[in-house]
Amino acid sequence: MDLDLMINSFPKLLNATLITLKLLSLSLIFGLILGLFFAILRLNKNIFLSRFSYLYSYVFRGTPLLVQIFIIYFGLGQLEFLRSSFLWVVLKEPYWCAIIAFSLNTGAYTSEILRSAFETINKNFIEAGDSLGISKKIIFYKIQIPIAIRQSLPAYGNEIILMLKGTSLASTVTLMDLTGVAKYIISTTFKPIEVFIVAGGIYLFMTFVIHNFIKYLEKKYSY
Amino acid sequence: MNVIKKLSLGLLITLFLSVTANADKIRIGTEGAYPPWNSKDASGKLIGFEVELAWTLCRYIGQQCEIVEQDWDGMIPALIMRKFDAIMAGMSITDERKKAINFSQGYADEVASLAVMKGSNLEGIQTSEGINLSIKSGAVKKDLKTITSALVGKTVCVQTATIHQNFLESGDVGKVNVRTYKTQDEVNLDLTSGRCDVALAAAVAFTDYAEKSGKPVALVGPTFSGGAFGNGVGVGIRKDDTELLKAFNSAINKARKNGDISRIATKWFGFDASM
Repeated sequence: MDLDLMINSFPKLLNATLITLKLLSLSLIFGLILGLFFAILRLNKNIFLSRFSYLYSYVFRGTPLLVQIFIIYFGLGQLEFLRSSFLWVVLKEPYWCAIIAFSLNTGAYTSEILRSAFETINKNFIEAGDSLGISKKIIFYKIQIPIAIRQSLPAYGNEIILMLKGTSLASTVTLMDLTGVAKYIISTTFKPIEVFIVAGGIYLFMTFVIHNFIKYLEKKYSY
Repeated sequence: MNVIKKLSLGLLITLFLSVTANADKIRIGTEGAYPPWNSKDASGKLIGFEVELAWTLCRYIGQQCEIVEQDWDGMIPALIMRKFDAIMAGMSITDERKKAINFSQGYADEVASLAVMKGSNLEGIQTSEGINLSIKSGAVKKDLKTITSALVGKTVCVQTATIHQNFLESGDVGKVNVRTYKTQDEVNLDLTSGRCDVALAAAVAFTDYAEKSGKPVALVGPTFSGGAFGNGVGVGIRKDDTELLKAFNSAINKARKNGDISRIATKWFGFDASM
């Protein structure tokens, strides 16, 4: 065990953790918006909209995240017409390619989590609102959405942790996130165990924080 | 029940036998993604200069060999962890690597070059044909200066943990915006897509790609050797494996004397890259 290497690589890895956190938070924000949108679409009575939402979550949950990143980064990069379009400004950057892939992926899972939360809301709550003469719109925003979010907290907490670990795939498209920098240090020191232990420790710590934060929220909003 | 017992016993014995059988073989690690040094054919079989040379060297050593595939960025750690016993993966002999492993004498050498897509404004840079970085002459310095100013603001792509990355980070060409990839294939893809303004690798890696893909890839600037580019390509061997190192060194001597190395090199490179 090369303790010096572990200590020396720690600040560099910590610095790279910022990129990991940036990727994670941006993807989660976009993913939550996408997820909520597709969950609502899924519950729509219009069969085309509902099927479209189903197809989206089916495709992105049914393929590996690595394949999705590769298709978006290396795949789309090979298309001539895309390269000459305005989209290339975004797709040229590995950073945005990673965020697009992560957002679409977590969006699919989030939409399923939210959908099942909406579906399991006790009908009594809605009926109670109805009988008080509250409009459908207000029932949706003030009763259904808050309950659905509370219901989906445990599952969504898991999704955040999965996504945190998923961001390590950003290193496959040249990004210098926590895993990317760990690999870089290994490429010059040839000592994978030491460096990956430190990197793994940082991931574990982040998971610990996320896990406890979600637990705290669960407690706070329990009913 | 009895059948299951017999089956599992048989399985254990075969497993044990295959493990012990492997112990006698020299396992050689290669990447299989750096043509013409080493690559894979359509059926997934390992081919290339080093694969053929490996079999030849093993014949001279007089021992059975097995060629093992390993990702480039984990090559040296995998050797140290005894996943195989020798590296033949277009790995140049450099001081940095020598701190971790030993190298046999070099068996081949090949220059590096910058490459761009045709039509790039880098195509016009005026330098000498080739520079040797071990010689710090005025001409070399002038060429490095020309390249330094040509690379300002450009994204330069290389495979990770290579001599090419070392060179770009050495400061010889100023502070360059380097982007690293797991394989040379990925570098080629992003050079074509335009995400990379310019790439650096073994010159043959680009000419081979241009020929096979039909993409308009052009070499620019001088060819590089010496300095950060190391002293030829050799067999990487664990520090404590001195017997194997000796065996490879004498096998390389014999293969060179009999003209095997230059014959195999000419077959795969189109020119004699042996040394």
